[in-house]
Formats: sequence, structure tokens, C-alpha cells
Amino acid sequence: MIDICLFCNQPPTRYWERTEEDGKNDGKKQKEGDNNEQTPQQNNTRTKKGGNGRSIYPFPGSAPVPEEKLKKFRRGVKGELPPRPQYKLRDVVIRSEAASDLAQKQNARYDLMLPEDAGFLEGDEDEDTCTISQDDIVDAVDITAGAKYFNLTLSQFGPYRLDYSKTGRHLLLGGRRGHVTCLDWQSKQLMCEMNVMETVNDVKWLHSEALFAVAQKKWLYIYDNKGIELHCIRKFNDVLRMQFLPYHFLLATASATGFLQYLDVSVGKEVVAICTKAGRLDVMAHNPHNAIIHLGHSNGTVTLWTPNQREPLVKMLCHQGGVRSVAVDKTGTYMVTSGMDKKLKVYDIRAYRPLQSYFLPAGASCLSLSQRGLLSAATGDIVQVYRDVWGIPVTKPYMAHRAKGSVWGVHFCPFEDVLGVGHGEGFTSMVVPGAGEPNFDGLDANPYRSAKQRQEWEVKALLEKIQPELIGLDPSQLSQVDHSTWEQRHEDRVQVLGFDPLAKEKFTPRLKTKGRSSSGKVEKRKKQVAHEDQRDVIRQTVEDRMKIDKERKEKEKKKAAAAGQKSALDRFRK
Amino acid sequence: RGMLSDSRVFDAYENRKSKSFIHIHAMKVKVLSRNPDDYVRETKLDIQRVPRNYDPSLHPFEVPREYTRALNATKLERVFAKPFLASLDGHRDGVNCMAKHPKSLSTMLSGSCDGEVVWNLTKRECVRTLQAHEGFVRGMVVRFCGTSFFTVGDDKTIKQWKMETPGYGEEEEPLNTILGKSVFTSIDHHQKEGVFVTCGQQVDIWDEQRSSPIRSFSWGVDSFSCVRFNPVETELLASCASDRSIVLYDMREATPLKKVIMNMRSNTLCWNPMEAYNFTCSNEDYNLYTYDMRYLDRPFTVHMDHVSAVLDVDYSPTGKEFVSASFDKTIRIFPKDSGHSRDVYHTKRMQHVISIKWSSDNKYILSASDEMNIRLWKANAAEKLGLLAPREKAAVNYSQKLKEKFQHHPQICRISRHRHLPKSIYSQTKELRVMKEARRRKERNVRKHSKPGSMPVVTEKEKHVVTVVK
Repeated sequence: MIDICLFCNQPPTRYWERTEEDGKNDGKKQKEGDNNEQTPQQNNTRTKKGGNGRSIYPFPGSAPVPEEKLKKFRRGVKGELPPRPQYKLRDVVIRSEAASDLAQKQNARYDLMLPEDAGFLEGDEDEDTCTISQDDIVDAVDITAGAKYFNLTLSQFGPYRLDYSKTGRHLLLGGRRGHVTCLDWQSKQLMCEMNVMETVNDVKWLHSEALFAVAQKKWLYIYDNKGIELHCIRKFNDVLRMQFLPYHFLLATASATGFLQYLDVSVGKEVVAICTKAGRLDVMAHNPHNAIIHLGHSNGTVTLWTPNQREPLVKMLCHQGGVRSVAVDKTGTYMVTSGMDKKLKVYDIRAYRPLQSYFLPAGASCLSLSQRGLLSAATGDIVQVYRDVWGIPVTKPYMAHRAKGSVWGVHFCPFEDVLGVGHGEGFTSMVVPGAGEPNFDGLDANPYRSAKQRQEWEVKALLEKIQPELIGLDPSQLSQVDHSTWEQRHEDRVQVLGFDPLAKEKFTPRLKTKGRSSSGKVEKRKKQVAHEDQRDVIRQTVEDRMKIDKERKEKEKKKAAAAGQKSALDRFRK
Repeated sequence: RGMLSDSRVFDAYENRKSKSFIHIHAMKVKVLSRNPDDYVRETKLDIQRVPRNYDPSLHPFEVPREYTRALNATKLERVFAKPFLASLDGHRDGVNCMAKHPKSLSTMLSGSCDGEVVWNLTKRECVRTLQAHEGFVRGMVVRFCGTSFFTVGDDKTIKQWKMETPGYGEEEEPLNTILGKSVFTSIDHHQKEGVFVTCGQQVDIWDEQRSSPIRSFSWGVDSFSCVRFNPVETELLASCASDRSIVLYDMREATPLKKVIMNMRSNTLCWNPMEAYNFTCSNEDYNLYTYDMRYLDRPFTVHMDHVSAVLDVDYSPTGKEFVSASFDKTIRIFPKDSGHSRDVYHTKRMQHVISIKWSSDNKYILSASDEMNIRLWKANAAEKLGLLAPREKAAVNYSQKLKEKFQHHPQICRISRHRHLPKSIYSQTKELRVMKEARRRKERNVRKHSKPGSMPVVTEKEKHVVTVVK
């Protein structure tokens, strides 16, 4: 296509002009070969000749934006415009919609220019990608990418739990027997290493790589990245699992005594302690979309919690037998659970509807979802990675890897194609092409930020800390219109008028003599009146409906007549 | 997979610096591998690189975060709301009137009750003082060209003065003096021609070249308090009379156009400079009324909030807001179509505010009050003055938009609406509210117990107009 265009002195075709027809024409032109002098006249309708014979720039206006890109940046649905008499409101709505359309378009345009593409792994035609080993991948890719596959042999204090910081630069490891270490895993620079001389149940980075929380045998501890113990929080005991909500600065903990507690790490206060009355809580996940905590229980239910309510928002029966692990995807659409019944289930948590159910012979002990929707499931000492579990039912894993010991924790690294696996014999960093988001946002989580940038980010993040009261199932509810109900409006009206205009006078039957006011007779008269009232209402509605129908028909008739009629000006029309 | 190392096919396109896209037989693999040089600044002299990705899924909690930002911005706005800038002192009696210079932002004129005129500059100092009249200076106006100005006083004279300071040894003398028959209370100048208008016992239109009025209007009234030229339809005039009426005139006609009589007297009026068919009058009944001059039978907005007579009003040059001065020792800023004020300014020492002006650059408000001072205020209490850096400007615009977006949320609404008021005004407001509520309740009860239709509902707008005469 391109060389033909050059030959006939035309500007090259842009990608958005490539349609089906173009493709067909292509072939034709290739066949015609030499006699394509007449193609410019036939083909390119966008080229226009100026008055002096010079061609005008052939691509007037801005380039169209692909529809699917626009869709990605669409927020909410467009409502109806208010009717014309409310011209001021109408004007405001029209303006704001134009502004949001422009923003959407600009975002979509910018999206085309993002520098990085996501990773991928494709096998031979009849080859499963799950048979490709880590060594093969490392051999095939460049050195820096290959260095992301490594093993840390820590057989003494295992098995290990792990956590990556929000930017994906720093790794925190916590061995069951007290070994806690944090490191910059890309440069392999050790930040601190210590043994807390106690059982470690879970480890979690707080908002930045300067602080982390360790759930130890009895209390919850907070250390800085030099390993100095900053706080021992005695209000939080027997913590088994922790989740950090980065935009709320809340550390949610689930304890062996059945308590779900929230700690505001910006001020160091306990926000709320909820007794879940569901026994030992060792399965926990949080929904990154709406900051709701998911807890899995031994009776097969998954419960959803906010700090604002002492009862669960939702209780879902997901498995027969206990729930072993829960994971929620980034957009808050899907939840993946695995249970003692050796099933792996995918739910749509907007509609609380099961989507897929898989049977894993060994059952999955740990689940983790990556930014681009890959699911890792640990079965014994094997880590399997699945792709697109909520779409068409998958039969084979995308990748698989055998760790040296039984797996204790898996975690995808943000913004990298890396899956961290903590197991009995230490830690393995696995390369999983296509796991991480290729383009990060520098103002949100920047892996390459300097100390100064981090400080600035921290101040800003603290300033816009979201209050825990705003956690709810729909985070965008705050921007929606709170329509007052009919009852409310009626109440206001009564308040203003001082009486109820719609109140009906109660019918009190007149007293009649000679036995005509016996209770049966009175009841009968009451019924008669009620019946009459009912008939009136029905008559009124039927009349109204007929009137509306009639009006509509007349309008249509008028419209049809107007369409058929000729106007005086039509004679000038060609 | 033994033969990997030999048979690598490097794709020319995909093997750019940080990309690692490789064919090994048929297995294709690409792993994210960023070159740090693309993301980190080259030297310390550069600014930091901030790659952006606007994908909504990377920015969760968009609305709650915006809400938090809006809340912070609202709080900061109240923190920075320090509207008082300066007090210009020097008069030896209460300041009675002021005039803006049409060409120079930094010049302002003021006239006090002992007959002197002081000039103030934004250096906040008096530039020139002259004894214009004996007794009160009632009104003053600068000619549209800015080279001279007119004053009227209690000594029944109209004087024209040069704007320039007289040279060394020169006497401070008026260019022109006209002796009238009665006291003049107000003066205004035509926008383009050498014609000005005064009012007192009647409304007189004067040519600058003549010593007697070219036209006089009166409509059975004995005194007028204020007269103003329309800024756009330059031949039109409006005046406030002591018989509680507002009279409209056309300069080209021999008789007045029409008048509206209200319940109480209007003190002054001001035309909207952008929608010049609207004017706002300040009334003795604590309210301001905005009229459309075509439909005088009811004002289209009643502005309530003052707790005493309103003495003066002036529009902002954008025509979207106006400021009013009141006998209750406060000044209030109203959006032109809102019934209540958006801001109220007061100080401990400010007494009854007599005259008010909104500066021509829409940034400042000048108030003249009884206790001999002129005060300079910011029109936007929380605005930062001076040049703003582009980033600062962007941040201001952004937070403004956010505040607008979330303005109806109860918490934000409460904070942005809160104003501290002197105790007397606060209690008076409360008292007025109680009185109004009582009146409303009574009317409602009367209506409830009278024959339907015999007690028609009179809206707030209709209440204050007695009649319109043509």
C-alpha cells in the first residue's frame, strides 16, 4: 500500500483510513501494477485541490479517536438534558458534558502515545505455554529482564509471607519463625534484616517503603525500613492477616479471635474494631476498587466489610467446606475464591453472581491477581498462573512453576512482570510475562521516584486521605444526584403549607335510627363509599390515559400532515 | 528446548533499547524491562520526569479523593479569607461620596462632610486636598475623559475641577462654577458627551458649556436622592425620589418615562454595566431590589440580608455581582441573581457605611464610612493578590472547579457558608427571622380559616411594589 501511494504522488494512508474496502482495493491495485495513473481520482476522496492547483493538506481537523479507547475513559452514563424551560440548568449540563467529552477524547489520544507495551508469552502452535520453564524465558529475554528470576534460599526460618510496596520496588519478607527482611529486589540491596524472635503471621508495607507492619505472635508491630521498632500496638492482638488500604491510610487486620480491626496509620488511632463472630480469620483480601474487606470463613462463606457497619455488607456462600483464599481484581469486578472442596470459583462481585467454577485436583492454597488480570494459584509446591479465568473457561494454566517447598504466599509485583512466591525454602521471584501494567502514573506510584518526589507525594497523599466513613460498595456514589423521594417532597410540602393537601376527609357514617345503624349496616355503607371512591379513581386514570392517547395521535397526525405539505419556499429548492 | 542459543532471531523493530522481543523458533516472549534512563532525569539541573497514565483503573477512588480535595480547598479558603487590605485615613469628617477614575485604576476621589476632597492612590496615600464646598460634598463624578471632575455640595454650587494638580504657586481654583437655586444631592456624567445631570428638588440636565440646565424634569415630587445615567443606552436616566419612587427618564424627551412606587424609599441605584436594562436599588426596608427596566411591576430579585437601611450600591464591572453598603455597619456582596449575599465584610471600627465603590479591575472594593475612613477590601476574600505562577494559577482554577462541583454537599456547604458576624447583627438577623416567620405563620393560619381564594398568595417580589405609573 505504502509504495503505491508514493508512486502516484499521494500522501500515505493513515491507519484510521484502513477499512475493509481499502484492503480489497489494495489487492486490485497490486494486480493492475503499471496502469495506476487514474487511481488518485478514483480513490482518495480526502485529497482536495486548492484553487491554484496546489493540494490542500489532506487530513483536515483532528484525527478521529478509536472507539474502544474512548470507552476506556468513559465515566458514568450521559443523562437526559433537562427540558428547555430550565435553560440555565440545561446550559450548565451542556457545558459540563462538552468539557468531559473533551477530557475523554484528550485522554484517549494521550493513551495512544504511552511508551511501553505489555509483555506476552506465546508458544509454538501445538505447544502449551505452561511447559515453558523459567530458564527458557530467562535465556530468551535480555539480561535485566532475566535477572528478575531469582531464588533466595532461606531454609532456616521459613515458610515465608511476602509483600511488595505500592510502587513495586521494594520487597518485604517475613519468615514464620521470626525472620523479617526488606530489600530493594531489583538492585538486591538489603534495607534491613532481623529476627523478631517470635512467630510472624503476616507482613505488610504501609503507604511508602519507609514503614512496614508485622503481625507477630501476640501484638502488631510497626518497624521502619532500618528495622527499628517504632510501635508495638497492644490493641491489636493475635493478628493473622493484614491488608493496607493506601488511599485511606488504613491498616485492616484480621485476628485469630475473630476481630476485624482498622488502624489509621496517619494518626495511629484505631478506627473501629468489629467482632465478626466467625471464628479464626485467616483468609483476607481487599477490593482495590472500593476498599471493602473480604473475609473468608471456615464454613465456606465470604463476607464483605466496611468500617462503618458492624454487620457484613454481604455474605456469600462460595464453597462447601472452608474458604482457603480470596483475591479481588483491580477494577473491583471479579472475585476469585478457592476452598477446601478443591474448587476455584470466579464471581462477579457487582452482581454477586458466579461466573466460572474450576476443579483443581490439589486445591489452591494462595491466590493472587495481577494488575492485568492474571491469576496465580499455589497448589502444594506448584505455582500455576492462569490467564483470563473469567472469560471462556480455561483448561490449561498459562504458566506453571515448581517451588522448592510448599508455598505460603504469592504476590504479583506491581508494574513488573514478576510473581513473588514465598515458600518453605525461601523466596522465588518468577517471571510471568504480561502480568504487570506497563505504564505507571508518575503522580500515583512511580517506581523511579527520587526521595524528594516521594516526600512530596507523601504530603499530597496525606492531604487527600479519604475518610473511613466514605468507604462503601459504590465509591462513585458521592458524585451522584440524591433524588428526594416523593414522600420527602410531600413532607416538605406539608411543612410549608401547614396542612396536608392530599389528606382525605375520613368518612363517618351518619347515625340512623330504627336499626339501620347496626354494625353490619355501618360497615356496608362504609364499603359502598370506599367502592365509589375506588371507581372514581379508576375513572380518572382511564380518562387521563385516553386524553394522553388522543393528544399523541393528534400530534402524530399533525406531524404527518406537515411532512406531506409543501412550503412556499420549496419552489426554490433544487 | 536445547537449541535456544544458536537460533535467536532478533526482530529489528522489536529489539529497541529496552524491549526484549525475541523469536526462538516459534516461542515469542516479551517481558517488561524498562530503561531507567527513560524515567529519571539526566542531570540535576533538569526537572524530574513524571510519566502519566490516565487510565481510570490506575486511579481508584476518583470521586472520594476529589471530594476530599474540595473539602480541603474549602477549608483553606476560609483560612485565607482576609479581605481587609487598608484603611485610608485623613478626612476630618465622615466621608459622604466617592468617585472612580474612568482611566486610571490607581486614582480615587472622595468627598467628606466638611467639604474637602481627598485623592487617594494605591500607594495608600493622599495626593491632593482641596476645599471644594462649604458644608457637605454631596456628590462627585469624573468626566468620561478623566481630565476633570465635577462636585456638588450643600452650598448650592456645581464646580468643575481639573484632574491635574496645580503647579507651584498656582491657586487651587475650579475651572467652572455654577450657582444653582437649590441644594444638589447627586451628580452623574454622560458617557460620551459633555452633558451631566444633577438632582435635588428636580432632575436637571446640564450642558457643560452653559450655566443653566438644558432640561428639567419633575413629576410631582419635591426631592431626589440619586440620579444615574444608563451606561449603555446613554440617553436614559434613572433617579430615586423621596416619595418612594424610582423614575426613569429619556434625556431626549420632555417628560419622564415611567416610575415605580415602592413601599419604602430607595436611597441609591446602580445600573448593571453588562446587562444595562437591569438596575439595582438600595432600599430603606433593609433590602435591595433588582429591576428589569421594561417590567417595573415587580422586581426580578429581592436581595435580603442586611439588618438596617441600605445606603449605597455599586456593580462590579463584570455585571455579575454587586456590593452594598448599609447603615448596619457592614458591607455585603451579592451575586446579581441571588436573594442572599455571598459574603459580608465588617470590622470593629467601621461605622455606618455611606458610600461604596467596586474598582474597575474587579479586584477591590472601597467603602467610605461615618468615622472618617475609607477602607480598601478585596472583592474575593480568599484571593491571593499579585502575580501568580502558572502552576499556582492552575491549582487555584482546579480547586475552584472542585468547590463548584461539590458545593451542595452538606459539609462543604456548611464550611463555605459560615461567616462570623458581630453579635448585634447576628442577634438582629435572628430577630428578623423570627418576626418574618411569625408573620408568615399568621398569614398561613388566616388563609387556612378563610374562604378559599379570598386570601390570595402575594409573593415576596410583589409585596414591595405599590404601583407603576406611566
